[in-house]
Amino acid sequence: MWDYSNKLYDHFRNPKNVGEIKNPDAFADVGNITCGDALYLTLKIDKKTNVITDAKFKTFGCASAIASSSVLTELIIGKTIEQARKITNKDIAETLGGLPREKMHCSVMGQEALEKAIAQYLGEDAPEEHMHEEGKIVCTCFGITDTQIGKVVRENNLKTVEDVTNFCKAGGGCGQCHADIEEIIRQTTGSQEPLPAPPKKKHLTNIRKIALIEETIDRDIRPLMEADGGGIELIDIIGNRVLVALRGNCAGCRTAQFTIHSGVEAKLREMVDDDIVVEEVK
Amino acid sequence: MKPIYLDNNATTCIDPQVLECMMPYLSNEYGNPSSMHFFGGKINRKLNEAREQIADIINARPDEIIFTSCGTESDNTALMSTLECYPQKPHIVTTRVEHSAIMNMCKYLSRKGISVTYLPVDRNGMIDLNQLEDSISESTAIVSIMFANNETGVVYPIDKIASITKAKGAVFHTDAVQAVGKIPIDLSKIPIDILSLSGHKLHAPKGIGVIYVRKGTRFKPYIIGGHQEHGRRGGTENVASIVGLGEACRIAKDCLEIENTQVKHLRNKLENTLLEIIPSSIRNGHKTSRLPNTTNISFEYVEGEGILLSLNEYGICASSGSACTSGAIEPSHVLRAMGVPFTAAHGSIRFSLSRYNTEDEIDKVIEVMPSIIERLRAISPFWKK
Repeated sequence: MWDYSNKLYDHFRNPKNVGEIKNPDAFADVGNITCGDALYLTLKIDKKTNVITDAKFKTFGCASAIASSSVLTELIIGKTIEQARKITNKDIAETLGGLPREKMHCSVMGQEALEKAIAQYLGEDAPEEHMHEEGKIVCTCFGITDTQIGKVVRENNLKTVEDVTNFCKAGGGCGQCHADIEEIIRQTTGSQEPLPAPPKKKHLTNIRKIALIEETIDRDIRPLMEADGGGIELIDIIGNRVLVALRGNCAGCRTAQFTIHSGVEAKLREMVDDDIVVEEVK
Repeated sequence: MKPIYLDNNATTCIDPQVLECMMPYLSNEYGNPSSMHFFGGKINRKLNEAREQIADIINARPDEIIFTSCGTESDNTALMSTLECYPQKPHIVTTRVEHSAIMNMCKYLSRKGISVTYLPVDRNGMIDLNQLEDSISESTAIVSIMFANNETGVVYPIDKIASITKAKGAVFHTDAVQAVGKIPIDLSKIPIDILSLSGHKLHAPKGIGVIYVRKGTRFKPYIIGGHQEHGRRGGTENVASIVGLGEACRIAKDCLEIENTQVKHLRNKLENTLLEIIPSSIRNGHKTSRLPNTTNISFEYVEGEGILLSLNEYGICASSGSACTSGAIEPSHVLRAMGVPFTAAHGSIRFSLSRYNTEDEIDKVIEVMPSIIERLRAISPFWKK
């Protein structure tokens, strides 16, 4: 069972401002039923003062999605749209007394709806569509762009793919975009240089060499082959001879020899030792 | 608050008689059944007594029963052992609706170069037997198809499936974790080679499982260690739990009729009434070929977690195929394989009963459910009256 705060339970049991405002001054719908949560937000805004005088929501989703929508309406009623625009998903989560990490996407959904409604009121491009236009879709399962992922990474200081999935669902489906998400995290968090390479040493002890070969295969080689439905297994290391077996699609593939020499051997020579020779064992 | 416990496919309470039988083996009778002294020897005799009781409920021979730690270990063992016995046959046939103990093991094995055929299911959760037959080839080592599905309760025609598999020359394994103790299983009549069962689904404790391996079936241990279980599963036996499982099987055999009359009646009452009084509610799974204790109902346009938390306030325990209850992103793989639309898959609730449930408890669920669904639908943007 989720470790929900009492406040969250309270907003789930007795949500505030449920419903739809007739003839709203602004509205937004975000999420969809396929993804398991969706929010329809309607706002009444005083045209002279730009103060949000009323807000109502309808939400399909889990208890934390309902509670997030409920506190969102409480947070924005009485605020000017300029003030409301400063509200982030973190504010929503904090007002609820915290959210389990896997549920952070519920608070993101609230913030997205608010941004979209305000943009619609001001006649701006909807931020979400804007992002779609600007960015390219990274997670095809949930249709999430690099711009959207960059935004949650930046605003919530996310470090891992798992975090990104928890916050915006990207990467939670087939998992093929994990490498792209990692790249976005790296770029967004400012560390522009690639992942630190294992130090290349000229005079490796045997034990260190074996460890480095295993590490390189695990980190740099196998993921690429698995992406093509294949795999690789390290069978033995005899001096500079590295014996490997190809698995899955790679086994019996006509370009196996090419994979072995240009892929595996080249990488191991680059990372470990220039004298390495890779041989395939059937 | 005493729970109204309707989540018996997740786990069951320990029968008081079972617990009583176990107690000596958690205190004074602590000998090791492998020891060469009277103190261990009498434990060994007790283990064999339990082995007979367990064999009896599925009409097997005691020496075909191997103790494991859980259903998952039994399932994993079935696949790993058979693949190792038939290295020239790197193919598995299974379904898209198996328990994760089979499904995720198959995914793991396919990364290791084993090919896996996942048979699709229809709207009722049933597989196509012709398709099964076509999918088994000379390179198929094992066909693994569950006896009954944990989420929907759908019972598969295992006698036909086993016969088809045997005629094609592959080993047949069935995960019967949800079936044993709920419906009769007679292994003298069905050509099942390997079967998994688990203690805590039939009122024995958690942490004890069994893998049945028919005499003559090739087998290699998965847990490698001592000579326990005739060298087929290493590790000192979980004596108290084994004794408990033996007693639980003895009781379950006597209670099979209750499961298929009293429990089934309560399940039907719950299901039929909810479907009748709550609009846009749908039963998931075959209506008749089904466990007597399980019902899986989708309440369209609402999300399962909200329903469970609301039921929880009345002390009612059930479970859901919604993604948000499990930390997953996609809803239940079983319901999706059945083609249940997303509008319904997210709002699916499983009630699984046991012989300990009463009519009053079922009436309570029937009483509170309509207002729970109504309240959540009033919040849902997809619900239009």
